[in-house]
Amino acid sequence: MLQPPLAPARFWRLSVAGAAGFLALWSLAALAGLTSRDFLPAPWDVVARFAQLAVEPFAGYVLHEHLASSLQRFGMGFVLAVSVGIPLGLLMAWFPWVDRIVSPAFETVRFIAPIAWVPFAALWFGTGIGGPVLIIFMGAFPPVLINTYRGARQVDRKYIEASQMLGASSWRAMTEVLLPAAVPSIVAGVRISAGLGWQSLVGAELIVASSGVGYLMVKGQASISTATVMSGMVAIGVTGMLIDVVLRRVQRQIEVHRGL
Amino acid sequence: MSLATPKTSLPARLGTALLALAVVVALWHGLTAGFGIISPARFPAPAEVLAALQQITVEGYSNARWHEHVLRSVILVTMGFLVASSIGVALGLAMGASRAVEAFVNPIFLVLRPIPPLAWIPLAIVWLGLGDAAKMMVIFFAAFVPSVINSYTGVRQIDRPLFEAAAVLGIRGARYWREVLIPGALPSIFTGLRLSLQASWTTLVAAELVGAVAGLGQILNQGAQDIFPAMILVGMLSVALCGWLMTLGLGWIERRVMPWRAP
Repeated sequence: MLQPPLAPARFWRLSVAGAAGFLALWSLAALAGLTSRDFLPAPWDVVARFAQLAVEPFAGYVLHEHLASSLQRFGMGFVLAVSVGIPLGLLMAWFPWVDRIVSPAFETVRFIAPIAWVPFAALWFGTGIGGPVLIIFMGAFPPVLINTYRGARQVDRKYIEASQMLGASSWRAMTEVLLPAAVPSIVAGVRISAGLGWQSLVGAELIVASSGVGYLMVKGQASISTATVMSGMVAIGVTGMLIDVVLRRVQRQIEVHRGL
Repeated sequence: MSLATPKTSLPARLGTALLALAVVVALWHGLTAGFGIISPARFPAPAEVLAALQQITVEGYSNARWHEHVLRSVILVTMGFLVASSIGVALGLAMGASRAVEAFVNPIFLVLRPIPPLAWIPLAIVWLGLGDAAKMMVIFFAAFVPSVINSYTGVRQIDRPLFEAAAVLGIRGARYWREVLIPGALPSIFTGLRLSLQASWTTLVAAELVGAVAGLGQILNQGAQDIFPAMILVGMLSVALCGWLMTLGLGWIERRVMPWRAP
């Protein structure tokens, strides 16, 4: 039988025990002195380093400046992916000939890992902003396109036929029937896109960037400072989570608005 | 494959596909070598790509020949994926079956979960250098998280009546796992495995791009350093081809393991 939920007290005891056990093991490993503290810092070393990065520039900037430059790149790539993906998905759902042209190309490109665009990104854009944006775009684009397309294809034919009978043009049918009906699916796709885009950004910054959290981690790696690398991981993880929380709230709002 | 389900017969589709391919190659040739609209320093012409492919298969490029690069990457991914997903699925099932395990592991998992797979690369390099051990570590974390999450949700999504029926019939112990929990969670487990495999592949390519002796990412890396667009494209297409074949392979296993879900 599937177990009933634990009593809150027991749940919290176990959770605290799990967290404490993890931190204790980590601290012991660090304190045992088998390796240098630079190599394996204790948890509080990472916290201290994180606080230090926030006030003292490392790799050219303080932590929040790195974050700002990462977020700026992410925003550009993500907005580009959404603003190409949604219209293209709608066009593919509406005109079969667009579908037949775009689908094979898209299926081929989709299997290329976004990170594999790094060499071309460097070749085409040098160290400019275009490189990371291209990589984020490649990561974030597929889910928006697929979800828009699927959402639009699932629209009940009745509505489309009714709109056409009432004399709606292709443009109006797409923007006033297909698009609104596909919104829940699109929003779900946008959320996945944001996650994948953020992941691709990190990869891009490890290789083609001279600022950003990924770059900070590379510099930390080069100076064998595990605490710096871990601070970067924390910053990336927390920011990614915040982006998802915001988008989830938007999704919830839309669902509530539509009575779903 | 179109995003929509195709309805025409196979030979007809094959014919259309070949025709489309011919048109694409002709267009590509025209844009690059034919009229020189796209400079060869930016994007290679079809003939250059063929030459690069020939070079890498016959003479080798960047320390190894094509099949050696491919084998190295594919073997690393397969090993890392197998280790990570077997531990991940086991942990996910345990978390799904036991509330106590879930409560105990959850805090650690909450920390690991939001970290993107690629963000493990610098840490792996600091700890393990540029060798295979670092690649395994990166693949492990990439593949671990999705397999845990999906196995866990798989158990939690099993229909209640199934549990009740199992309880009434007195199924417990190893039989309970083998006949109720695991089959019930399988569809979701496979969703997790597919995500895991994708994440492992992407992450390995990224890790090899950052530094490796051989492997598909190394072709890309060397191609970028030599400013050799044709070889970069060969590398990218190889990454896509291997990723696609591995996904197909997993799909084949999925159909063997869950014949009752075959379409």
